[in-house]
Amino acid sequence: MQARWKLFWKYRYLTLMIVPALAVLVLNNYLPMFGVFIAFKNINYIDGIWRSPWVGFDNFEFLFTSGSIWRIARNTVSYSLVFMIVNLLLSVAIAVAINEIRSRWLAKTYQTFLIMPYFLSMVVVSYLVYGFLNPEKGFLNHTVVEWLGMERVFWYSETAYWPYILTIVSAWKGVGIGAVIYIAAIAGIDPEYYEAAVIDGASKWRQIFHITLPTIRPVIIIITILNMGHVFNSDFGLFYQVPMNSGPLYPVTDTVDTYVYRALKELNDIGMSSAAALVQSVLGFALVLLTNASVRKIDKDQALF
Amino acid sequence: MLKTASRRENTISPLTNYVLNGGFIVLALACVLPVVLVIIVSFTHNDSLLSRGYSFFPVKWSLIAYESLFKDYGTILRAYGVSVGITAAGTVLSVLLMALYAYPISRQDYPLRPFFTFFLFFTMLFSGGIVSKYIVFTQGLGLLDNYLSLLLPLLIVPFNVIIMRTFFQTTIHPALIESARIDGAGELRIFVRIVLPLSLPVMATMALFSTILFWNDWFNALLFIRAEDKYPVQFLMIRVLNDIQYLRENVQLAAQNPEMMRDLPNESLQMAMAVVGMGPILIVYPFFQKYFVKGLTIGAVKG
Repeated sequence: MQARWKLFWKYRYLTLMIVPALAVLVLNNYLPMFGVFIAFKNINYIDGIWRSPWVGFDNFEFLFTSGSIWRIARNTVSYSLVFMIVNLLLSVAIAVAINEIRSRWLAKTYQTFLIMPYFLSMVVVSYLVYGFLNPEKGFLNHTVVEWLGMERVFWYSETAYWPYILTIVSAWKGVGIGAVIYIAAIAGIDPEYYEAAVIDGASKWRQIFHITLPTIRPVIIIITILNMGHVFNSDFGLFYQVPMNSGPLYPVTDTVDTYVYRALKELNDIGMSSAAALVQSVLGFALVLLTNASVRKIDKDQALF
Repeated sequence: MLKTASRRENTISPLTNYVLNGGFIVLALACVLPVVLVIIVSFTHNDSLLSRGYSFFPVKWSLIAYESLFKDYGTILRAYGVSVGITAAGTVLSVLLMALYAYPISRQDYPLRPFFTFFLFFTMLFSGGIVSKYIVFTQGLGLLDNYLSLLLPLLIVPFNVIIMRTFFQTTIHPALIESARIDGAGELRIFVRIVLPLSLPVMATMALFSTILFWNDWFNALLFIRAEDKYPVQFLMIRVLNDIQYLRENVQLAAQNPEMMRDLPNESLQMAMAVVGMGPILIVYPFFQKYFVKGLTIGAVKG
């Protein structure tokens, strides 16, 4: 015991270095973890968080019988899956194609343009989308629709278009940055493979399908599995700011994150929002553990823990 | 034909090269044109907006949006001040705190290493969610309308701490630290004089990540900031867009308050606000994107 304390004392300065960030983690991450108990209380502002009565699983029962939980769960999961697949296919395609461009300078320039959207905040993106979709003056209604001789569309109240719009926006923002990692992986492939393939008379297509894609397959698998860990999460900005929190669009834009936010800030329903948030956290936790276990099976070095 | 060409030299045929380049030009345009449209609209005269709507080729240009935007410069300037201040303070603090946490957990000989590594790691696995955080921040810590509520949530990015730890582990040889200790240097001295100077590349990358994170953040302001004089730029943009949207949807309300309609900024003003908000990022982007890409790939080959 004494020896152990001596060891800790010897390293006291290292421990001291850790303290500031440790304090941030405690305040910002750990206190909210313990705060999840509010989901089991009926919070009212007179009694405050501590003295409000415990209600067991009432909030959860209310949440699951309200009906909207299924809608938001369906939206959250299906958008996550669609975004994941679309962004993966486009990112890999772009990475493979950009690698074939003869001029390295041009390839770098294209990459610069493709990554740019990633650096814009979702608020800026919502302005950009509004530039196209503004019902009276937007580029689509005023110019494109006129060219095509169609009727104007009231974009912010027509649910039919939003699954596509959101998928496009997600791809627009994420594909360029997503490709970076695959471009790096392709750059790391030993050129000798290709030289040998050329000697054997393999065409470009065959090289792509028999060398490039198989080599980067582990990267693809790991990124996909890591993304799977987040299927219960959605990008709040994408689903709240981009459709401008428009009521008629809720059936197709409401996800767990927007639902929780609206229940908290607009309806002041702490019980239901905290119950929904806790369900999301617990499912997310389980999923991350599960996905990590699968990554571990495939490639031990890539596993998070 | 393609086969013989590729046999001589393993590149694509000129035709395929043109097609690919054409495709990428289209993609590159798709990435920038929305931004260009917003910039053009912000310089478009109201008459042109009425006749052509938002167009890439307006018939009449005007600077009036920016003139009226800066007539009320107090609001924008203050929001800029808040954003710049939060971003600067946040970036410096963030890089410093993350390095201070990452270094000890990179040291194989540090006895508390496994515990603190797990302590950091667990935050990536489980989160209390925003409701609990909101209650803790507003009722527990009293951070409503406090700038700390904009700083705290983004200061420590666990994944970036892991990247830093890996960097320390791979670039700083334990023998170097050992020899410094034999020469009589204390832990803090070793960190400041040896570890930090050797880690400038990863520090720069992290500073870049943090700058973007803080400058683009609006979510924490949405949750925790009520006072108008504490709005950061990104949040001011939300308010401008929402207020206009709200008035448009409530034509009746607007009819009852003609002066409100008069003060309602027109579309070009709104887009000018967007340009002001994304301006700094777009200006510095070409210079730092190279380092950003490098930083991302450091993270990709994590150990």
